Amino acid sequence: MKENAILEMKGIYKIFPGVRALQDVDFTLCKGEIHALMGENGAGKSTLIKVLTGVYEKDGGDIFLEGLGKAAVIRSPQDAQKLGISTVYQEITLCPNLSVAENMYIGRGDGAVQNWKKMNADADKILQNLDIPARGAQQLSSCSIAIQQMVAIARAVDMDCKVLILDEPTSSLDEKEVEKLFGLMRDLKKRGVGIIFVTHFLDQVYEVCDKITVLRDGKLVGEYEIKDLPRVQLVSKMLGKELDDMSDIKSDALAYKGKDADTNVFEAVGLQSNADIKPFNFHIKKGEVNGFTGLLGSGRSECVRAIFGADRVIAGNVKKDGKEVKIKKPIDAMKLGIAYLPEDRKLDGIVGDLSVRENIILAAQVLRGAFKPFSKAETYKIADEYIKMLEIKTASADTPIKSLSGGNQQKCILARWLLTHPDYLILDEPTRGIDVGTKIEIQKLVLKLASEGMSVTFISSETDEMLRTCSRLIVMRDRKVVGELSNEELCQSSIMNTIAGGGTTDEK
Amino acid sequence: MKKKVLAALLTTAMVSSVLVGCGSQPASAPAGDDTAAEAPAADDTAAEAPAASGDVIKVGIINNDPNESGYRTANDKSMKEMFTAANGYEASFAYSLKNDEQISAAQKFIQDGVDYLLLSAADTAGWDSVLKDAQDAGIKVILFDRTIDAPDSLYEASIVSDMAKEGETAVTWLKGQNLEEYNIIHIQGVMGSAAQKGRSGALDAQVAAEANWNLVTQQTAEWNAEKAQQIVQSVIDAGTSFNVIYAENDDMAKGAVAALDKANISHGVGKDVIVMGYDCNKWALEELLAGNWNYDGQCNPFQASYIDDIIKKLEAGETLSEKVIIMDEKGFDATTITQEDVDTYGI
Amino acid sequence: MKNKEKKSGIGGLMRGLVRKQIFIPIAALVILTIFNYIMDPTFFKITLSPNSLGYNVLSGSIITILDNGSELAILAIGMTLVTAASGGQDISVGATIAIAGSVILRILCGGQTSPDTLQAPVIVAFLVACVAGMLAGAFNGALVAYFRIQPMIATLILFTAGRSIGAWINNNTLPVVKDPSFAVYGGFIPGIAVPTPFLITVACIIIITLVLKFTTLGLYTQSVGINEESSRLNGLNPAFIKFLTFVILGLCVAVAALIKVSRISSINYSVIAKDIEMDAILAVALGGNKLSGGKFNMAASIIGAYVIQFLTTTLYALKVDANALPAYKAVVVIALVVLSAPSVTEKISALGKKMKPKAKEVA
Repeated sequence: MKENAILEMKGIYKIFPGVRALQDVDFTLCKGEIHALMGENGAGKSTLIKVLTGVYEKDGGDIFLEGLGKAAVIRSPQDAQKLGISTVYQEITLCPNLSVAENMYIGRGDGAVQNWKKMNADADKILQNLDIPARGAQQLSSCSIAIQQMVAIARAVDMDCKVLILDEPTSSLDEKEVEKLFGLMRDLKKRGVGIIFVTHFLDQVYEVCDKITVLRDGKLVGEYEIKDLPRVQLVSKMLGKELDDMSDIKSDALAYKGKDADTNVFEAVGLQSNADIKPFNFHIKKGEVNGFTGLLGSGRSECVRAIFGADRVIAGNVKKDGKEVKIKKPIDAMKLGIAYLPEDRKLDGIVGDLSVRENIILAAQVLRGAFKPFSKAETYKIADEYIKMLEIKTASADTPIKSLSGGNQQKCILARWLLTHPDYLILDEPTRGIDVGTKIEIQKLVLKLASEGMSVTFISSETDEMLRTCSRLIVMRDRKVVGELSNEELCQSSIMNTIAGGGTTDEK
Repeated sequence: MKKKVLAALLTTAMVSSVLVGCGSQPASAPAGDDTAAEAPAADDTAAEAPAASGDVIKVGIINNDPNESGYRTANDKSMKEMFTAANGYEASFAYSLKNDEQISAAQKFIQDGVDYLLLSAADTAGWDSVLKDAQDAGIKVILFDRTIDAPDSLYEASIVSDMAKEGETAVTWLKGQNLEEYNIIHIQGVMGSAAQKGRSGALDAQVAAEANWNLVTQQTAEWNAEKAQQIVQSVIDAGTSFNVIYAENDDMAKGAVAALDKANISHGVGKDVIVMGYDCNKWALEELLAGNWNYDGQCNPFQASYIDDIIKKLEAGETLSEKVIIMDEKGFDATTITQEDVDTYGI
Repeated sequence: MKNKEKKSGIGGLMRGLVRKQIFIPIAALVILTIFNYIMDPTFFKITLSPNSLGYNVLSGSIITILDNGSELAILAIGMTLVTAASGGQDISVGATIAIAGSVILRILCGGQTSPDTLQAPVIVAFLVACVAGMLAGAFNGALVAYFRIQPMIATLILFTAGRSIGAWINNNTLPVVKDPSFAVYGGFIPGIAVPTPFLITVACIIIITLVLKFTTLGLYTQSVGINEESSRLNGLNPAFIKFLTFVILGLCVAVAALIKVSRISSINYSVIAKDIEMDAILAVALGGNKLSGGKFNMAASIIGAYVIQFLTTTLYALKVDANALPAYKAVVVIALVVLSAPSVTEKISALGKKMKPKAKEVA
């Protein structure tokens, strides 16, 4: 083993039926290092992590750990845990209805859960030590997502972990929370923990990491010191090609030039749902891309849910194509040609056990009606068409959607809604947890669709993504629309100002 | 909230199931006059009912749910027909298949000051203290149909069927058929029940004793006609020959016969297979009358007349010669049964 | 495409089979078959001989199994749908059979105990029983779908009260149908050698196959069972779909009830179809379907139902001691359920891979 290394993976192979997920991959992690693992969807990041944590059994290669004379045998997550390898996943895997302390000690088999008082006190000590603002006796679900994630990390740290794997930990955190998390990561680094950081956010990689290992198509591209690898190069290494300038996609796309470009496709006045948002006005023109922006929890998702009828609408009038309509439930909106890609892919989007094919045709099938099913041949034809069009990486149309990577799942959901041929498409965080390549593909697709006359409402936590795609932004704060920016007003600082309340419009 | 809804629903369901139980009774109850015998009034009315005259005897009757079986239905019907105002009784009824509910009904009857407590207990245990209370209050207790685990000083009499004797009667009858060889399909009731033990016992003993008595199969159909049908079917399918079906109740005999009919095996008087059943359902006795079955053993549900006798004796100050009174139970032979028997003994 | 892959050699074929959900119930059938053949080589003999009415009918153990498994197979159809959509089971099917059966007899006997002739056509009685079964299903379904009570708790109500309701429908009497024309539904249609219950089951299977093919019921129930919220956002009405599955099960119950009461032309409320709900649930489980809902395989459930009947008949044929019968059944059932658990299926398939190293991974 290399000097100072705590983990070395050598020549790892993993084969799934029809796919070589990992081929001869090496990976080295040193003590007190934050090491980014980068790659597109399906590059093999998750597979490598799962081999390391014992979720999958490797088909070849060796794993060495510091202080262990021979190659480590990791057959189950328990094995990995015993060897000091802990993982915190993108989706919180704790139990929300247990207390923080219970979550930290449960399932560790050391009898720690027997004395509640002591357990709470111990938990408090660790949380304090790591500067995590939570108490042991508190119910986990009462903490924010960020705190929950930190609790998961605290649990890992307390289990004497030497290798901590953070798999997309920041995708549902806002900026402040990300900062806090990074603080915690730096702290752990000082304590000598090796951290593997998997993320799609390039900024974050450059902010907190020391080294980057890039994977592509299941093979190792290389390991780099952060200072030796400029951003553009990183992206091109991940994609395997030189990247056309990312920030300039908007200018490539043609704006919609139809005669009806000025008509409102959708209009709402005083719309309010039972999801605790203030009534808001909204409209979108044909071929327009607009967006809701604001901090997490500012009510931007609730607004589009109200438009789609996903939450119960309690007030307001809506017009579709100039005609007064009632949208009480999603099917009403769907029949009017509105489509909605929900924010939480796992909970609201995919139907996990069903195949890619069934997931793609679902909404269109519902619109067709219960007595007009697509024939099996039709569904294969449709699915194959969209798999090709959106470049969905899947073994077959019959693969369960849950076994796809996040980005490919998202593409399936997108395919599902495109198949309904909507004239108004709502995308709530379509690029969350998705690699850079796919992100740009989706952005380009949105602009292309708009140029063909589709109206799109786009929501994203990443402001630059919004700036790249939207021509008008509705800004929200505290569950209320606080401003609207368009054209030349659109820039990072004006958005920040509006969110922060330095307000340009509408403020009383 | 959810829990409340659930609780409300469950309560409704329970109440409605009770009502369902009650709703069926007026039909089987005697054309009720003005007394408290009507079931819906159950145990509440006894106290308020006007005491008609001094020599009316107040009885509290605790029974199992009449829906339980045809036997119980007939039993309840006979009780209702006996303990009427016309016969000088003022009766209150309480039904439950649960011991604790029966016990609380008994306590209620004791408070109401009945003269006699008639009891068919759901369970044998747990009756000591409440019966002691009854004794202290001067209430006489008579058990019917089922015995309990309590000192016999706590009750005046117990009127029961002797299941073992029922079995012996049937086996004796079968012996009397003088077959060269007995190849018997034995279909048992729910294993461990009193009726199953008694009715199996006699046959088991006989099979063990005689070389020409064989059990082709011995299996429980749990009182269930279709299961009995399947058991007999499996014997037929295996090609084993047999000449006797000994079923421990009428339903199972009926199921067995259905299997015979399917396979074109003749049964009944003078035919290939002897069919035996128990309980004397009316339809079963009609099968006997038609010669399709050969034998049906009675399990007498008509304890009411025995109880009436006992109460009359006790009221007259006589002492009872025996505490445990075993009812007369007949076995009917298809060759001798009459329409009158069907009408009298069919339940 | 998984199913178009060429499997290399027997090992590959085996593994492909093992991975299929339907493998376990079929394997169980094969094992039971072999076992019975060893115990009794005549087990599979099927003969054509006249029954008591003089018509030639088929008989033999296999026919008996197909005949007696009918009610269970029909219930398994409905139970599979309920399980898929609601992620729970209906434990009231036995009790609702008592209700539907009682309705049939009440109408056929016109309130008399044992009339000499039918008081109404069987079809009328059957249709009213269908309504009764669907009402019972609607009651369960409404509690589950609209009041969001767990299926097992919701159906506990009819499980407890159903048999009393059945008794109440017939004024607590036990009616007997004397007219032999009623017995054909549980016996034989004159001139046809195949047992009617089996024909009815085949009809039900054909109907459900057509329904699954020509409507979206399968997609919708699975979708709702897997992810209710996502289904709602795709325009489905999850509550109604759950409700609907219970009503369909109610219909299956009515059909099963017709067969059950016809078999003996009578009813005993307290024991008719006793414990059949557990067997129906078991059939779904043996089919390798998740009892927590979601994806289902209808054919596997139906085969599962016949496995259970096969087992029952086998145990009767073996003449095991009556006291030990439940224990034998339990052992076999535990073995089957464990074997059909997905984690075990995976292990078996991995084992197959190790034993046949030559059968390379199909890349």
